[in-house]
Amino acid sequence: MKALGIDIGSRYIKGALVEKGEWIGFKKSETTFNPLERCNEMLRELPADRVIATGYGRHLLEVHGDVPTITEIRAFARGARAFFPNCHTIIDIGGQDTKVIALNDQGNVWKFEMNDRCAAGTGKFLEIMAKNLGYPLEEFGSKALTARQEIQLSSLCTVFAESEVVSLTAKGVDREEIAMALHRAIITRVATMAKRFPLQDEVVFAGGCAHNPCLKVLLGQSLRRDIRVASVPEMTGAMGAALFAEQDRI
Amino acid sequence: MDYTEMWRNLGLNLENHAGLLSVLSEGYKNIYLSQKGRPKGMEYFDFVISEVHGLRIKEIADAKQAGRKVIGTFCVYVPEEIVLAADGVCIGLCAGAEVGSGEAEKFIPRNTCALIKAFMGFKLAGLCPYVELTDLIVGETTCDGKKKAYEVFQNITGKVYVMEIPNMKNEESKKLWHAEVVKFKETLEAITGKTIDVGGLKKGALLVNGRRRALQRLSRLRAADPAPISGLDALLINQVSFYDDPVRFTQMTNKLCDELEERTRQKIGVSPKGARRVLISGSPMAIPNWKLHSIIEGSGAVVVGEESCVGERNFRDLLDENFSTVDEALQKMADRYLEIDCACFTPNDERLENIKSMTQRLHADGVIHYALQFCTPYMMEAYKVEKALGKVPFMRMETDYSMEDVGQLKTRVEAFLEMLR
Repeated sequence: MKALGIDIGSRYIKGALVEKGEWIGFKKSETTFNPLERCNEMLRELPADRVIATGYGRHLLEVHGDVPTITEIRAFARGARAFFPNCHTIIDIGGQDTKVIALNDQGNVWKFEMNDRCAAGTGKFLEIMAKNLGYPLEEFGSKALTARQEIQLSSLCTVFAESEVVSLTAKGVDREEIAMALHRAIITRVATMAKRFPLQDEVVFAGGCAHNPCLKVLLGQSLRRDIRVASVPEMTGAMGAALFAEQDRI
Repeated sequence: MDYTEMWRNLGLNLENHAGLLSVLSEGYKNIYLSQKGRPKGMEYFDFVISEVHGLRIKEIADAKQAGRKVIGTFCVYVPEEIVLAADGVCIGLCAGAEVGSGEAEKFIPRNTCALIKAFMGFKLAGLCPYVELTDLIVGETTCDGKKKAYEVFQNITGKVYVMEIPNMKNEESKKLWHAEVVKFKETLEAITGKTIDVGGLKKGALLVNGRRRALQRLSRLRAADPAPISGLDALLINQVSFYDDPVRFTQMTNKLCDELEERTRQKIGVSPKGARRVLISGSPMAIPNWKLHSIIEGSGAVVVGEESCVGERNFRDLLDENFSTVDEALQKMADRYLEIDCACFTPNDERLENIKSMTQRLHADGVIHYALQFCTPYMMEAYKVEKALGKVPFMRMETDYSMEDVGQLKTRVEAFLEMLR
């Protein structure tokens, strides 16, 4: 039996195909303005016997395809444990929200924290700032790591930070340094959320932003832990949903 | 029935008001009338809502015509018995929708809680017929935001009277509060031109206690599994209790409770037996704020109680009706009202005990702490509540009346419900 997990995020839709608990296929496409069409493409490309949807847009498939859903919080818990069996804390910086999930010994969600309405400190914030500074998103983190001096930003608000970045560039500050400060601002915020829980065993950084090397380094420094990142961190939620589809009755 | 003339005479902004009513009726249809398996007794409350700015306003206007005074309030600390003893009509004022915020923000900061913004907004946008009918608007010093907003509200309406609510419950505070209750009685006598006597106070006590008993009964019935009534409907009844005629309200609520008792006997519920049960605790949900309940119940769980001013805090304590003089009555009222466990008090440990006992009594699987954004007293107490609840699953939530965060809230609520499995 093949099981598919579809994680419908605000920026990307991720699909993970699983058989006998092993990952056998993965696809990712931009959410765009027509996520239902993207989901249907994915259902055709990764045919499966059972499907579970998760992520911000999960109810889209529930309404239009009678697909059962779980929240991304539960999906991330299962997915992260599949990659790292000793994981007790998951940090996910997503497109429009940031989550910290604490697991109990059995791997179930014990507590979680999620940022509220605004985009400050999320992947979207990074994306906007990378664009403002003229970096391709993929290089943003590695370039930030080359900063030679440390500067501070006073605001994490996307609107205020944008004008702060403008005034810093106007002052002639190196863009690497500004990039580093933006990364640090995000991690300060995420670390505050993470520190509300006792940290033990492995801390897993999941979601697309985990590809960013600067966020990983700063997160490790801030939490004084070794941070684990899966080879395809953005697949965590889809993988978790697929494992639920294969192994559980929802 | 066309009420346009009445609304025009009250000075409402007819265009905005028509917009508000259509949004309200659309929202009510989507959130309330779409529910499955509702008790028949809810038909009365559906009717009340459909006439919220119609028939009820006409009733109050008629009462006013007949010489009764209309007293508007914003808080469960205002002793309604005294208003009734002076033959006044007591009305909880509109504060539960995001209207007129732009207007309100001309007077108060943007980062003010939604409830305060709403009562200012309703008045400034010309949308609240109740406030226009009032002879006196009673404010109170429960939080900094309200306290200062009433100063502005006084400038706008010229009808505001503020009661000082102490912040502690020691002997000095009790004296202060008692003096405030006495002063309130004298103020009402001056406004109505009537002398408040023991007979009137008894009558008032009987009426308000009767309503409290009916609401207590409703609260007890929600302990059954399957729940005989949805949290949304129970919340609505609590909201309506603030502005409906007390005699009729009590009668209709008791009638509904008879039906709920019968449902419980027959094990008829609004959701299947074993549905996850959530207790809401925190800031008040003024009508038509149905946001959190509709998210929770839309996710398959049932809300079994509101530890809130629009809820348990309003009806938990009865007034001791055994008094034989006016002085004795006022003392008993002062004592009764100071029992209320609002987060504006320090310390406020009674509230923690009350939440724990409600959690047990209503067989709640988890507690969601609801604070209006910028409602500092409740936001602060959330930490103590979480600690006091120990192993009971708990989630903190801060939001306002807008719909922009519904997606995130839904994810959080669903994830919380998943944890209750």
